[in-house]
Amino acid sequence: MIRILSRYSILFILTLLVLAILSFALAYLFPGDVLQNLTGIVPANEIQREALMRQYRLDQPIVFQFVHYLGNLLQGDWGYSSASGLSLREEIGIALPATIELSTYAILMAMFIGIPLGYYAGIRSYSTSDHAINALSITTYSIPVYWFALILILIFSLNLEVAPISGRISLLFDIEPVTGFILIDILLAEGIDRGVALRDAFSHLVIPTFAIGAITTASMVRITRRSVIDVKHRAYIAAARSRGLSGWRIFSQHVLRNALLPILPLMVIQITTLITNAMIVETLFSWPGIGSWLIQAIYQRDYPALRVGMLAVSTLVISLTILIDLFNRIIDPSREKYERASV
Amino acid sequence: MRISSLGYVAFIATLLAVLSACTKRDEQAFYNSGLIYCSESNPVTFNPQLDTSSTTADATAHQIYDRLLDFDPETGRIVPSLASSWLVSDDGLTYAFQLRRDVQFHTTDYFTPSRNFNADDVIFSIDRWRDKNHPFHYVSGGRYPYFESLGLADNIVDVARINGYRVEITLKRRDSSFLANLATDFSVILSAEYGQQLQAQGFPNRIDQYPIGTGPFLFESYRKDHFIRFKQNPDYWIEQAVAKRLIYDITPRSSLRLAKLMTGECDATAFPAQTELEVIRAKEDLVLAEKPGLNIGFWAFNTQRPPFDNQDVRRALAAAIDKNTLLEAVYFDSATRAKTLLPAASWAFQSDADDTAYNPVLARKLLSDAGFPNGFSMTIWAMPVERAYNPNAAKMAELIQRYLAEVGVTATIVSYDWATFRRHLREGLHDSVLIGWSADNGDPDNFYRPLLSCGAIPSGTNRAMWCNQDYDRLLDEALATDNIEERRAIYQQVNRLLYERLPLVPIAHAFRYQAYREELQGMEINPFGGVRFGGVSKTL
Repeated sequence: MIRILSRYSILFILTLLVLAILSFALAYLFPGDVLQNLTGIVPANEIQREALMRQYRLDQPIVFQFVHYLGNLLQGDWGYSSASGLSLREEIGIALPATIELSTYAILMAMFIGIPLGYYAGIRSYSTSDHAINALSITTYSIPVYWFALILILIFSLNLEVAPISGRISLLFDIEPVTGFILIDILLAEGIDRGVALRDAFSHLVIPTFAIGAITTASMVRITRRSVIDVKHRAYIAAARSRGLSGWRIFSQHVLRNALLPILPLMVIQITTLITNAMIVETLFSWPGIGSWLIQAIYQRDYPALRVGMLAVSTLVISLTILIDLFNRIIDPSREKYERASV
Repeated sequence: MRISSLGYVAFIATLLAVLSACTKRDEQAFYNSGLIYCSESNPVTFNPQLDTSSTTADATAHQIYDRLLDFDPETGRIVPSLASSWLVSDDGLTYAFQLRRDVQFHTTDYFTPSRNFNADDVIFSIDRWRDKNHPFHYVSGGRYPYFESLGLADNIVDVARINGYRVEITLKRRDSSFLANLATDFSVILSAEYGQQLQAQGFPNRIDQYPIGTGPFLFESYRKDHFIRFKQNPDYWIEQAVAKRLIYDITPRSSLRLAKLMTGECDATAFPAQTELEVIRAKEDLVLAEKPGLNIGFWAFNTQRPPFDNQDVRRALAAAIDKNTLLEAVYFDSATRAKTLLPAASWAFQSDADDTAYNPVLARKLLSDAGFPNGFSMTIWAMPVERAYNPNAAKMAELIQRYLAEVGVTATIVSYDWATFRRHLREGLHDSVLIGWSADNGDPDNFYRPLLSCGAIPSGTNRAMWCNQDYDRLLDEALATDNIEERRAIYQQVNRLLYERLPLVPIAHAFRYQAYREELQGMEINPFGGVRFGGVSKTL
């Protein structure tokens, strides 16, 4: 157990270190001044410039520069956006939770709809209902997410006018971002009608969540169905059946849990796709998350923002991947035998 | 697994409990208490003295501030605002303003006024742009483009305090457009007390970032590329409906603004695109308001180059084109035909002015009489950007090219990027150009002087490079009188002169559009500048 934990932590730290090196290199690779790429501060004159160079150790050998950069990252000094002049840590502190929130609801949707549907289709495999579910999931899975989102906007927002198309909540609500999660922030906010605010936030959430969640749900259905069918053909199911166990007991005691095991590792791959999809969908819905924030940064050639944004997103993805992998390893120690740690 | 799903169920249950607690009526009341305006861009500053862009004026001029005087949006006449009355001396050089006594400045998180608005605030606001020695003159850059372009600071001798509620402004020369300039979006009144307080604190810059005014809304917060929040000014001195909240949702994409208007996320939007007008008209719950704007699109000849120095040649070219076709093809019926420089929104508009007519036979005859029986070749410069007064200059140039071919004139179309285009125009490299002008107030001098006076050639607004002593004399005469009928008569003479000499062919006055949801009451297009939300309310 300790061996597994330490191996994963080393993997985690090393990956982050590589990412940090990469992001530091970006300051040199992006066009323009290294000082500005790294800090986002435009020095007013030569004296200030020299002071800043010293402060960020840019007058020293590159290794020292990097060590100092690493220290700054850990202390939360991520530099300033060259477009807005605001602290990048604060900006990302608002944008990243918005993306995580959207992704979380999409995952919940995929789990609560995709897994039961998958079980159902797997148990009734090759029946009409299974074929129907299968066809639906393949269709959904094949639709490009941005196109799907646009169609949803067209139908539900512009034609039926039942859902708003932009943002997380009507701007009439002045909600202080405390956690960055809108639903929690509403519950924490003072002086507003929370009921109305929550309803408003929900109406903003539904379509983007559905747009991102549908594709993940579809793959969830397919993964679960496959897994259930595999388990169904195992010898121990045949044995259980021969012992005269009821269909429900076979399902609840043997199929349910055993089919779940291979699903979890496959979810890891889904999460990265899901976050990518979330970032695409965000820009369509003007969702103030990290995706639309990075797109803005690209438009405005905001290199400091791009550098830190890339670091933040990849850190998030890597942490999630490693955590879920670790979780798998703990609940299913049999994998230890044939697999090394992998990302 | 089990814990997280339990937690989720509990969470949902709490949410549902909270959700069901509120009633539909409260909800509706809440949504009706605030206005959301989808604006097109970020304001440069929160002080319109510092910037002439319409985005800045829209966001600040009529929301945060008031002026001494205002334009009546219907008639264009000057009406009292912070000045309750005014007197002009017989020589037209001294203006005395009587100020309102009951006006309070905004009380916000960052400022609490200790006194009401008075003469000191007027002097502070005008001296800020007028007097280079004023402590705030160089704060935020020290450029006041609107006042600089009119040379207003040089014409003011003094702004004096007679008593707490009486101010006297003395001019060097008569200027009958002076009152109109005080009523524009740019002549806002700032708080002198706030200025002193900021200076004592050492943050004078904040005066333009955290604005204090007397307007219907007070500034709350601004996030670049996202929103500007305003709150109702509870002590506003005009009794009118003021929404509790006003929010500018900054949405640069025109199609997204329209989408938000359709879904009700915005109550009103800025600048709907020409192509979207039909969509808005087709929607029952949307209103498309239109009004002739204070602008003019025209075709100017470079009168310093032969053969365009010959007025018969200019008249021939003007007779060769069919303005109505241009209007239909380029403006899609979103403009009115221009006869003179002045649009109908101006008080000096002359409805019976002479206009050129489409007559290719006359055109050919005039050309042949002028010594060009076989025509000649020329260039038409088409401006590369889209403006309300000419949404598609390139297309208009092509149409004109075809008309000119019919009378034997060969035209080539020229275009550069906008900066180069304007530089070459100033150098006078063009034969003729399709361009236009948007004015800032309803005063006719704001059209005639910058567009065709001799003095406007070096500053680059006289695209015809036309200099006529009679014309300049008439314009000066018009400014030297306060009798509005007399002025109107002089401008009619000016129109007559322009019709005879034809340094430029007026083509169109484009409409101004505003799209909003039908729930909005009291929404009006302000032809004399920025959008106004005081007096606008939402009902169902």
